[in-house]
Order: sequence, then structure tokens, then C-alpha cells
Amino acid sequence: MALRGHPSSVNQRVTAETNSPVVEFRNVSLSVAGGKKLVENLSFTVARGETLVLLGRSGSGKTTTLKLINRLLDPTAGDILVEGKPTREWDAIKLRRRIGYVIQESGLFPHFTVEQNIELVPRLEGWPENRRRERVRELLDLVSLDPGTFATRFPRELSGGQRQRVGVARALAADPPIVLMDEPFGALDPLTRVELQREFSALAARLHKTIVFVTHDVREAFTLAARIGLFKDGRLIAAETPSEFAKSNDPEARAFVETMIEKRSFATEPPSTPG
Amino acid sequence: MDLLDFFIRNRSEVLQLTLEHLLLVVVAVSAGAAVGVPVGVLLTRRPKLAKPVLAMANVLQTIPSLALFGFLIPVLGSHGIGRLPAIIALFIYSLLPIIRNTFTGIEGVDPAVREAARGMGMTDWQLLTQVELPLALNVIIAGLRVATVISVGTATIAAAIGAGGLGVYIFRGLRGGGSNNTLILAGAVPAAVLALGADFALGWVERSLAPGASAATRRFGKWALGATAVVVAGAVLFAAGSGIMSKNARHIVVGSKDFTESRILAELVAQAIESKSDIKVERQFELGGDLCHRALLSGQLDAYVEYTGTAFTAILGHEPLTDPREVFNRTKSEYETKFNLEWLDPLGFNNTFAILVRGEDARRLNLKTISDAARYVPQWRAGFGQDFVSRKDGYPGFVRAYGLKFREAPREMDLSLTYQALADHQVDLIAGNSTDGLIEKLDLFQLEDDRHYFPPYEAAPVFRKTTLDLYPEIAPALKSLAGKVSDAQMRKLNYAVDGDHRDVKDVVREFLSSSP
Repeated sequence: MALRGHPSSVNQRVTAETNSPVVEFRNVSLSVAGGKKLVENLSFTVARGETLVLLGRSGSGKTTTLKLINRLLDPTAGDILVEGKPTREWDAIKLRRRIGYVIQESGLFPHFTVEQNIELVPRLEGWPENRRRERVRELLDLVSLDPGTFATRFPRELSGGQRQRVGVARALAADPPIVLMDEPFGALDPLTRVELQREFSALAARLHKTIVFVTHDVREAFTLAARIGLFKDGRLIAAETPSEFAKSNDPEARAFVETMIEKRSFATEPPSTPG
Repeated sequence: MDLLDFFIRNRSEVLQLTLEHLLLVVVAVSAGAAVGVPVGVLLTRRPKLAKPVLAMANVLQTIPSLALFGFLIPVLGSHGIGRLPAIIALFIYSLLPIIRNTFTGIEGVDPAVREAARGMGMTDWQLLTQVELPLALNVIIAGLRVATVISVGTATIAAAIGAGGLGVYIFRGLRGGGSNNTLILAGAVPAAVLALGADFALGWVERSLAPGASAATRRFGKWALGATAVVVAGAVLFAAGSGIMSKNARHIVVGSKDFTESRILAELVAQAIESKSDIKVERQFELGGDLCHRALLSGQLDAYVEYTGTAFTAILGHEPLTDPREVFNRTKSEYETKFNLEWLDPLGFNNTFAILVRGEDARRLNLKTISDAARYVPQWRAGFGQDFVSRKDGYPGFVRAYGLKFREAPREMDLSLTYQALADHQVDLIAGNSTDGLIEKLDLFQLEDDRHYFPPYEAAPVFRKTTLDLYPEIAPALKSLAGKVSDAQMRKLNYAVDGDHRDVKDVVREFLSSSP
């Protein structure tokens, strides 16, 4: 997944941000029976080509927010606009096929080969077989998996990192303008995780997708984000660039930033040896 | 070995009963799958229904099979006997394992996989058919497997309502006085083999479809499943097709009760019709209780052979009479007005209680009638079956009619054992069945009922009047059977089947060709 030169990507990103937002939340709340609010009064936008990382503790409402975008959940108050149209006016199936979706543990279909997994949405959309096959090869190349080796394998015959690469390829298959990612690298070992984060960050910049990415790993947020949206108890308490976030005075933001500093210092200092 | 010998001699019947058995199971379990799988799927969509529906299927499962068959007879009316009620009962039993396994199989699909499928824009139908069912398939097959094994076992009981199958041998073995182990095994062993075979084959398909199996195995498993589906569909279509075809052709159904003599007589009627007309005769043999009569009324049977005494007392509800002509005439005319059924002429013999003594005694003492024997009775011991001792037209009336007094109270024993007990000098007089083959075999002598105490049990074919009108050639074709079978001949025929284990069809064919 090495970055292949794409000089215009930076310019595109700048111009894109001046366009109307691709995803917009307007005073969105979701409460469950019994009155508990999973998310409360969310308002934010995601610009075309932007990567917004939703950061927060477990249960803070990040994943719920993600599922509101592709209508796996519907809000109880407020509106979510995707490409300018409220999600409740979208046909849920059509909407989801325009939005790539990657989840933790990849959610690959165990009874499908890698090829069948990747070509799923194109097949549902009725692409002819030769075009699908071509697309699968293209995507496997893109995520640095050799098509000859991997296309016919089953998910259980892949390593965790390979599975997530396939998951990413599957999400990109029908070239959706928006990609939602829910802790896609969360279950990987640290080395593989860093490798995939780097490759993915380059890929995202090059493909110019609008990405909403959920994580509780602050370093991952810094690696990938154009902006970081910080969640606490179902509320979005900040949406800032990484550098703004690093300087934030908000106690929750500070807590996250400090974990990163602690980890770094721990990692750079050699362990003390007796004597 | 008796059993092996039996299989070899009766291979075509064994094969036919096995196929019948398989057909019942296959049709019932297929229907169970056709209903159970969708219901199981529905429960995953409406989880609130899961508990009550599974509880209900559970209750259905616990109904004893005989009770269920009995219940279905009035409910289904004219279709209350034969394959349909059997298939319905087996279908009901197959529901629980199929519904339960479909439900748990789909519930067991990894939630992440389901979420990914929905998030990628699969419709509910696509999610079900492309993800959930394929992943739950091996669990669903496990349910089919349990249902099939249960059905193979339960189907043996279906023979009681004329559904055929291997249960026919089991019931035949249990009846006929003193159970016949070879016959019971002849039904039970193939049934067990079928059950084990189905268990093994479906178990193999189940494992080969498990998500962990290799791709090639899964493909082969699916192929096997597909092939099975084609075979099943073929069998069902064939069964349906042959059912329709036989309805169209010139065709009648002859039934029999569930004992040897009744089967022989039904076969006699069937062969007589077949040899003298182009009518096809379907045999619906071995119906228990009064099913023959009910099936005749409902039109499922066109004919069977009934006994005048049984019709007069058990069906028409009269007190027993002793004059054979009177019993026959009254029965015939009441059947016509009440049931629109027609009695043809009696076949000749009278299957009533036969008072038997040893042949040597009869010759030595020159005994012909019961009255002749009355003066020796005070020195004799008697052995009677429970039935004779307790019946109104049995022992109490008998001793009164002839003024008899035995040396001691008669011994009660199983009817089938009395013949041998008499031959072995353990008793000196018994009441057997006048057409039992053992009479000749053991050189016993039947004393004449000179006071006409015992009610007549003359056998005669009973037809639906509409059938006789529709096929006017039947009545003349059976004319030649009137009075044709004497007591002695009936004994021989019975013994050929029960004693020599010969095929009913062959025995009847020989009889018809030897006495034109």
C-alpha cells in the first residue's frame, strides 16, 4: 500500500473543504427506551475528502454516531444530512451502498473467499463479472495483497492484518465517496497496527475519500486525523485539528494527550537495570 | 438364520415396504423443512414469538403417536387412514427439531458478520439467503437429521392406520397369537438400518457444511445436498403423480383387517376381480379395529371381507342370533338401507368358535357333535382363551346350552397356546377358531354345534354400492367365489401363510388355479 505519487491531493483537499459538507449532524440525539441518551445534541460537519476521527472512551457514543450515518440506527431527534439530503429521506439500502464500512475483526463473511468478500457490493449493484474480477485485482494490489495468492483464500486462512486489508478493500470496492471505519485496527498486534495505520493514511490521502474513523487510541487519531472529534458521555466536546487538540485545555482531551506522552516516554526510556 | 431366510424369500415385499417407509419419512420431513425453516427464520425476526412457538412445537412433540393418529382419523374424515394421516403426524413431529435448529443456527451467526452485511447495504432477504442461511446450514441440517431419525422410528407405528411401511411386519409379528420374533425383526432391523443410514449420511453432510470444513468438502456437501433435494422432489412428484394416475384409471381399493385370514380373503377378492376384468385393484391391507368399515363408508375403500356375526353385533349393535340365514339376510338389508353398502354371497366357511377335541378321542369314542361329547365332559378338563371365557356368546352360555359340567374350572390361557395344550393332553377340550390351520396340523377334531349355540361368522365381501354400479362386471366376477371356501380349505390357506410362512399372493393364486 505504498503511496504512489499524487501531487494534486493536497490542493484537492484544500478546495474540497470550501464545498458543502458531505456529512452534517444537526442537533442529533438518540435515546433508548427508558430515556437514556446514547448521543445527545450532536452538531458537526465532515467536509469532502476529510478524515474525521471520533475519539473517546468506550461507551462514549462514537460507534453510535457512526451507525447513525449509514442508518444502522435512526436518530430520535435532529437531522443527519448525507450529501445534503437527510438520511431519513434516503433509501437505507442505497445509502449504505454509497458508504464503505469497515468494522473491528473485519466482519468478513467466513463462507466467502477473499474475492467474493471484496466483490460483494459490486455484485449486489449488478456489475458484470469481468468488471468485478478486474476490480478485485485492482483493490488487492491497492492493499498490497497478491491477487494470485489471496483471491481464492477464505478469511480463516488469513492473518489478522491480512483480514483487515481485505476489509478495507471490500469497503472501497464500489468506490463509495464516504467510508466509515469502526476501530478497524483495534484487534491487531501493535506492529501490524502501526504498519496498517501508515499505509492507510497514505491511501486515504491519495483516494480522496471522506472518512469517519472511530478509535479510542489517541496515537491512531493523531496519525490519521484531519480533525479529531472528542466524545464524552454521548456528547461531542471538541472537534479540532490534531495540533489544536494537543494544546487543548479540556480535561478529557488532556487526559488522552497525556496517555500518549506517557506511552512515548515509557517507550523511549530504556528499562532501568539493577545496579 | 430365520431372518435372513425371510428376507430372501420375501425380498420384493421387504423392498416395497422399505420404499414405502422411506417415502413416508422423506415426504414428511421435506414438508417439515418447508414449514419449519421459514418458521425458524420468522422467529429470528420476531424474537418475542420464539418462546411460545418453540413451547408449542415441544408440546406437539410429546403427543404419543398412536393418540395423534387416532385424533387425525375423525379430523381428516375421508382421508383418515392411509398415508396422509401418517405423513401429517410425522410432519408434526419433525417440526420441533427443524424450527429449533433453524432458529439457533441463525442466532449463532457472528453479530459482526451480520452487522457488516447490513452496513454494506444488503437487504434483509440478501442477508438471510447469502449470509445467515449458508452460515447456519450445518446446524439446520443437524435438525433435519434428528427429525429424520425420529420419523423413521415413528413411521413403524403408522402401519396401524394402513400407511404401510416396515411397521407392517412388526404389527404382523405382534399379532397372530404368540408373537413371531422373525416377523418383528424383519420390520425392526431394516427400520434401524434406515435410521442409522440417514443419521450417518446427514451427519456427514452436516460436518461437510460446517464453516470450518475445507472449500472442496463444502462444495461436495452442497452438491450432495442439492442431489438429495432433487431426489426428494422426484420422489414427491412421483408419489403425487402415481396417486393422480391411479385415480384416473379403472381402479378400486380392496382393504383387509389386520389378521392373516382377512388378508387372504381380500387377496382372493382382488385376484378374482383382476383375473376376470381389466380393473386395477389396489390393496390397502392390515387396517386395525373397525377402520375397514369406516374407510368403506368414507369411500377410501371400495370393498373388504367382513364376517356376518361381527357386522350384526359389533357394527349394527344387535344381540347375537344363531341362525346363519337370518343373520345374513338381516345384515344385508340393514347395510343397504343404513350404509348403502352391498353384501355379496358368503364365501362358504364359518369362522366361529370351534369346540375341539383330540382326533384320536373323537375316533375312539365316535364323537361327532357336542351333544355326543356331553357325557364325557365330567371327566375332562377344558382350556379356553380369555376372550371365550368372558364373552356373552362364549363359555357361560355354552355350558348352559349343552348342560355341561367339567371336572374342574376351565383353565384360562392364551388362545394360541390352547391348541398345543390339547394335543399334549394337558386339557381335553378347547374352544378354538374354526379356521385355524393348527386344527389339521395337530390332528384335532371340531365337534359340530348341533344345538346351534354359536352365532355364525360367515365371511362375505362387502362393497360400496356405488362401486358395484360403476363397475357392473365385479358382481358376476365374484359369483364364482360364493360357497367356494370350506372350513377345511380356509384352515389350509391360513396354515400356508402362518405356519409355512408363504406369501399371501402365491397361496391365493394356487388356490384359485387349483379349484376353477
